[in-house]
Amino acid sequence: MLDQNVKYLKFKTYLNTYCPHCHESFNIEKKEVKQIEFKSMYKGEEIDLILSPYLDVFEVETSVPIKEGDLVDDVMCPRCNKSLIHKEIPCGECGSPVAEVIVSAVSRLIPFFICSKHGCEWHGLSKRDERTIKLKIPRQDMPEQDQTLRVHNWQEVPYGYTTELALLEAGRCLQCKNPMCVEGCPVNVDIPVFIALVAEEKFDEAAKKIKETNVFPAICGRVCPQENQCEEKCIMGHKDKPVAIGRLERFVADYERKMDLVKVPSIIENTGQKVAVVGSGPGGLTIAADMRQLGYSVTVFEALHETGGVLTYGIPEFRLPKSIVQFEIDYLKEMGVRFELNHVIGNILTVDELLEHFDAVYVGVGAGLPMFMGLEGESLGYVFSANEYLTRMNLMKAYLFPEYDTPMPKGHKVVVVGGGNVAMDCARTAARSGCEEVTIVYRRSRHELPARAEEVHHAEEEGIKFKLLNNPVRYLGTDNNKVKAVECIQMKLGETDASGRRRPVPIPDSNFIIECDMAIVAIGNGPNPIIFDSTPDMKLNKWGYIEANKETNETTKAFVYAGGDIVTGSATVIQAMGAGRIAALDMHKKLTALREKPKKKTAAKKKTGK
Amino acid sequence: MFQIVRKQEMAKGTIIRFDINAPKIAKKIKAGQFVILRVNETGERIPLTVADKDEFAGIITIIFQVVGKTTALMRSLNEGDLIKDVVGPLGKPAHTDKIGTVIMVGGGTGVAILHHVVKAYKEAGNYVISIIGARDKEMLILENEMSQISDELVVTTDDGSYGQRGFVTDPLKKYLDERKDIKQVYAIGPIIMMQNIVKLTKKYEIPTMVSLNPIMIDGTGMCGGCRVKIDDTTRFCCVDGPDFDGFKVDFDELLNRNSLYIKEEKDSLLFSIK
Repeated sequence: MLDQNVKYLKFKTYLNTYCPHCHESFNIEKKEVKQIEFKSMYKGEEIDLILSPYLDVFEVETSVPIKEGDLVDDVMCPRCNKSLIHKEIPCGECGSPVAEVIVSAVSRLIPFFICSKHGCEWHGLSKRDERTIKLKIPRQDMPEQDQTLRVHNWQEVPYGYTTELALLEAGRCLQCKNPMCVEGCPVNVDIPVFIALVAEEKFDEAAKKIKETNVFPAICGRVCPQENQCEEKCIMGHKDKPVAIGRLERFVADYERKMDLVKVPSIIENTGQKVAVVGSGPGGLTIAADMRQLGYSVTVFEALHETGGVLTYGIPEFRLPKSIVQFEIDYLKEMGVRFELNHVIGNILTVDELLEHFDAVYVGVGAGLPMFMGLEGESLGYVFSANEYLTRMNLMKAYLFPEYDTPMPKGHKVVVVGGGNVAMDCARTAARSGCEEVTIVYRRSRHELPARAEEVHHAEEEGIKFKLLNNPVRYLGTDNNKVKAVECIQMKLGETDASGRRRPVPIPDSNFIIECDMAIVAIGNGPNPIIFDSTPDMKLNKWGYIEANKETNETTKAFVYAGGDIVTGSATVIQAMGAGRIAALDMHKKLTALREKPKKKTAAKKKTGK
Repeated sequence: MFQIVRKQEMAKGTIIRFDINAPKIAKKIKAGQFVILRVNETGERIPLTVADKDEFAGIITIIFQVVGKTTALMRSLNEGDLIKDVVGPLGKPAHTDKIGTVIMVGGGTGVAILHHVVKAYKEAGNYVISIIGARDKEMLILENEMSQISDELVVTTDDGSYGQRGFVTDPLKKYLDERKDIKQVYAIGPIIMMQNIVKLTKKYEIPTMVSLNPIMIDGTGMCGGCRVKIDDTTRFCCVDGPDFDGFKVDFDELLNRNSLYIKEEKDSLLFSIK
């Protein structure tokens, strides 16, 4: 039996292996054969020992019959013929003598041992050395589009890991016994297991493993703020940088899709019950997938003319290619999920009317109404909400105007107000659409920027200017009522507020002007009233969002669930997915109970009906 | 896909009427509410208020003036053709309670929308005086339909080629002077017209509702493009409107915001001609 920890270290991390005497490299790479050969003696005859360059598969190749449990007499370097047997160190498994070679692991030489007993599978490093190797492998960066080129196109910025980079990165995972990363994930993906599968080059299985808990790894790998979730908890992060879990997730999902290995899961017997999902954003898609997989008939209602919610209208192409979103939605369609476009629930059908046709409803409509600061001049021409700007550019494809009919005036100098991912998306979209100068104005300091570090980094690379610790106070207009400048005031950080961040305080008389011909306000969204106006018995919380039970995501209306931004206010894609998952679990439980006691069903229906 | 089941050209082909097969919308839509439609894959989303509906036949009627690329493209469509997306009903319905005598004013294509609201006011049991105006005789639409559902109907044309010569505000002023039982004025049409009506009714302190038509994209409260200033606070026309208390609307701002894309509109039209 192998030590579990050692097993995963062997990990297909390609390492150069050397003779400790002559320093000749053992690694031979022929066209198809990759192996390390040693010479060895057994009962006076020469036999070959073969080890894979990943140091995990070990074979004896010989014409002489060698019995399991027998020791080889000697192991020699095929070049200098010197014995490799180490005098002092015994096999960690059976105590037999071991042969020692040297592996070069990231500019450090570490001894590696091979047991001389045939059949004993112990060959490896000491636990401490394995850990050292892992710590010595640096976090692998994703290759990405050149910064000067990418601002002129809409293609995705990172290319994703190559197989080699993914293997190296997977090799860094310590395979903790109590993995903290899993706790950090809102949908509790079994991260160490999937990374181990990557390390074993079982990319397809790794993708399937993630999909057990996360339906859309290609999307999450790209847009989750991993640095605040799984990667924040990674033990490697204490001494070095955390394992790039998000990048690996993206790699396996892309691998599975590109290699055409995605299989639509077989749907278990139909329960005969129907579920309506309002909104086809990340949360809606998650619960749709979960409930369909459990055998329910699922219909998703979308207000816009395209599915995907924020994944389609909000997140730009260069961060999340629309083909990927479409691929995931096509996958749900193949699973048998129905999509109804152009359906504004609350208007064309109310939640009560849905309950007449469906057994349960999930409301995942997202936060709707864009917030404004109520400043003077905010309604001047070319002052946009981030939603309007991104909707025009992404959903309506205004950057292809006049080929597409929706226009978007070309700004030369653009000011984006806000510091979240949406602000970064707006700024980077503006840069790509030919704006000469894009400035982000944010009232707190760099440390408090709510956007993902990677997005901030990319934005800076693309020449976006950051005016931190500044806040707009009014917009100035031209004679024909278009914005011509933003007046800002400098801020300093004061006392810590309820959110745990230091409250920004304006510095008196520090006003200054930033000239611009377009301003984008990206400071978040409030709740959209359409759905509650028609559903008076659904209780709202004090911020005007839907009140839902934290454990189950059920609203105060029986069989109506809600999650995502419409419950929490503006948050992340994965949190919306997590909310969809939680609701799916409880909805399944409740609907199962209904099936088993059909009499109760009618009673419940009467209660929820009009 | 939504099929055009009937097409009718009015006002020398500058105003078009479509009856569109949209049973789910027809079942729900109320007077004052609007739909957003997108003609084809590359099309823009444009809001159009519904002029009438037939719940049983599953038909909604839209009437629009040909002003830009999308409406020009729509004019080229014929009976049997399909419109890619129609989403609705959107916005809040007009308040059509029984209040007594009301004056309903419509100008230009605004008459089309007015028709649906007048019908609802009439059905609620109000005494309806309608005033409809147009540039000239040829641009006047729906006169017959309006006379059928109104208790009194006055027609004005700017050049006097039909009905009374002048603007809709002239007969409105006369009514306000003569009749003391007017409970409410409802106006829909060009922004300038609504602004002038509000100026007038303010003097008489007659509550006035106006139906606004700002630029919209999604029409579901998401983009904020349709924001209007009502009583100095920002409201979204697509979810809070389109009907607002006319005394509180900042018309100048609305006028500015609606003229933002004149150049792009021209470019788009030129591109499509090429």
